Amino acid sequence: MTTKTILTVDDSRMMREMLLMVLQGAGFNVIQAEDGVEGLGALENANPDVIITDINMPRLDGFGFIEGVRKQDRHRAVPILVLSTEGDIEKKNRARAAGATGWIVKPFNAEKLVEAVRRVSA
Amino acid sequence: MDQMEQIKTIFFQECDELLADLEEGLLALQAGQGDSDTINAVFRAVHSVKGGAGAFGFDPLVKFAHVFETALDAMRSGSLDAEPETVKVMLRASDVLADHLSAAKGEGSVDDARTSAAAAELEALTAGPTAEGSAAQGGSDADEWGFRPVQINLDISEAPVADDWRLTIRPTAAMYAKGNDAALMLRELARLGEIEAALDTFSLPDFDALEPEISYLVWTVRLSGEIDEAEIRDVFDFVGDDCPIELTRGAPAFGPSPEPVVDILALIAQSQTPVSEAVINPASGPQSSLSQADDPAKENTKSVAPGATIRVDLERVDKLIDLVGELVINQAMISQRVAESGLARSSNVAIGLDELEQLTREIQDSVMAIRAQPVKSVFQRMPRLVREIAASTGKQVRLVTEGEGTEVDKTVIERLSDPITHMLRNAIDHGLESPDERIAAGKSAEGTVRLAALHRSGRIVIEVSDDGKGINRKRVRETAVNKGLISPDANLTDEEIDNLIFLPGFSTAAAISNISGRGVGMDVVKRSIQGLGGRISISSQPGQGSCFTLSLPLTLAVLDGMVVTAGNHTLVAPLTAIVETLQPRAEDIRPLGPRGYVLAVRGAHVPIIDIGVALGWRENPINPAESVILLVESEVGGRAALVVDAIQGQRQVVIKSLELNYQRVDAIAAATILGDGRVALILDVDAVIALPYRDPIAFPPLAQAS
Repeated sequence: MTTKTILTVDDSRMMREMLLMVLQGAGFNVIQAEDGVEGLGALENANPDVIITDINMPRLDGFGFIEGVRKQDRHRAVPILVLSTEGDIEKKNRARAAGATGWIVKPFNAEKLVEAVRRVSA
Repeated sequence: MDQMEQIKTIFFQECDELLADLEEGLLALQAGQGDSDTINAVFRAVHSVKGGAGAFGFDPLVKFAHVFETALDAMRSGSLDAEPETVKVMLRASDVLADHLSAAKGEGSVDDARTSAAAAELEALTAGPTAEGSAAQGGSDADEWGFRPVQINLDISEAPVADDWRLTIRPTAAMYAKGNDAALMLRELARLGEIEAALDTFSLPDFDALEPEISYLVWTVRLSGEIDEAEIRDVFDFVGDDCPIELTRGAPAFGPSPEPVVDILALIAQSQTPVSEAVINPASGPQSSLSQADDPAKENTKSVAPGATIRVDLERVDKLIDLVGELVINQAMISQRVAESGLARSSNVAIGLDELEQLTREIQDSVMAIRAQPVKSVFQRMPRLVREIAASTGKQVRLVTEGEGTEVDKTVIERLSDPITHMLRNAIDHGLESPDERIAAGKSAEGTVRLAALHRSGRIVIEVSDDGKGINRKRVRETAVNKGLISPDANLTDEEIDNLIFLPGFSTAAAISNISGRGVGMDVVKRSIQGLGGRISISSQPGQGSCFTLSLPLTLAVLDGMVVTAGNHTLVAPLTAIVETLQPRAEDIRPLGPRGYVLAVRGAHVPIIDIGVALGWRENPINPAESVILLVESEVGGRAALVVDAIQGQRQVVIKSLELNYQRVDAIAAATILGDGRVALILDVDAVIALPYRDPIAFPPLAQAS
């Protein structure tokens, strides 16, 4: 089984490091981006198996980023998990409308996160 | 968990940056310069702090950040205006947030009363407190990672209920378009209990008529086990309308039971590409193949550079600087050996060495530049301080900062904070008048304190100025006389009087407030600055304000120095202190008192100090007329003529701390290793001038005292 690649998009360096630690520990390749714009930039050269994105980010937020991903033929089917401190229905609906695959509430549990990533990338 | 500690460190670093952004944004809003971007940035800062803090279980921090965030969210959505009063509340809240962060770091504690007051103020802003909601997720079940449990739409847990569930799942094309897959749902359901799933291919058209992007398949599922309805609904929570389900309990649903019963787990296990493809290929939709095929590019894109900057441990940079320092010394040694070997200046070796020297110097400069940081990190801590002092003194203060981008070595930055704090306190407490006094003096009620940084001749200069009442010279003078610091008939210039406040034991405050100084005088500030090779001085205009000027070397690692000989010892005098070097004419040297001499330099008389005697290396001064004199200037502008035997040359030396390697020595700032391998001491010029000389008459009182 080839190593899966995960793109993490989060403006918090701590979050990125935390995701890196958890995901690398679980045997994934990790690509990092600091916001939506950078995330879309990263997708020009990469084909991640799963994308994990924050919602509140400068320049381009999570909603805009997800929409941008779905507009690209190459990436329109990649599973996108939203990782956010918020969890209200309205935000979830907005994320879903934009094209998100799942929603994980921060702070996250490392094992469950890996499990979720494995599940959507199987 | 080492890695976890590292991440915690990153979190705190990040929080410091976020807090700075927060304060900067709020100040911009207060100044009416904010726009929606500013509000967004401010919101995001608090939001990120909250998000990160949650991961480490800093519950009080999370709770307060949540209240703060709620208020900012209201501002972001436009339901709360960024009025000055509102922003003021938020600035106070940012101070409280900073306290919480410090507490989380284990530095200091949180004032609960202050927290609740700030929280109440914030809640009042949004008219009616908002529910604690997502912030206060239970804190009981952190696992060994320190993480708290996840809430994920795919999540499940056990709860007791009997009877079978029957479930019809109708995924729409929209669901597949979002990277979701019926297989995921089925797998989730399989985790809840025993599952039997059947695929209804009834609506599947002939191949010719098949639209690959339309979803034709419907699943019928029987679930048995103790399963709560909510758990099943949870599985479909996020997909919502994109995947309608019908859920019934008990007996078989209406209509005939679907004929092919598929063991869904076996099916999933059988194929990497999920269920639908295993059943019928063309209908698989876009979901599986696109994400997995065609990725030769994947291998070589393991990482994407996140930007034009990297973060490096300070330790590594320090190590590098240390090594470069050694390199410089080594290079100097080689140069010296080559010179001693008698090779011609034009020889290839000598030329090569010159180039090496050039390169070494460049490397050193570049490495130093790595450590250079803008003083912003110190400056941005000051608005809070000013707010607090203003509040406790009842004065109105506006802080203006300039030159925040001025760069200086990190070690210097770290040590700037205390003196600046002290000078600001002093400026507000002593310099500025109360609003009433200001109005009476025809000034605006609000005083202005200016904090500026700039580069000047290889040093960084920090200025703290105020538009207050200026130094009361009469009182300063009286105080100095009363305390025996100067003689009553001393003839002092205004500048000299102003600088009396730096004398040890001097304090002008009629009643010593706990703000300026906290019991510490300006002399302590001065000493700590001198310890960094810096100078501090003050100038003042009665009725118009005072200005403290602090100058520091840009780095504490290297020093341009003049290598001299005194009493058979080799010394290095910092070039920055030297005004000029000269060989005195005999007629310019005039006796003063039984043992002292002064030197006449262009009409002024400066005291002569024999370095060899001052440092105790010889009993009797050498004849100044046969020596070389370094005319040096101390930070208060007092000059002295230092007598040395000879000047060896001028070079850059790497500073090695004496205190670290040996102990503190009076009048010596540090040590260095010269090109020939000898250790040389670096002279602390100001301290030499201040050394108690054997004959007090040799010195005018002011110069001695400084």
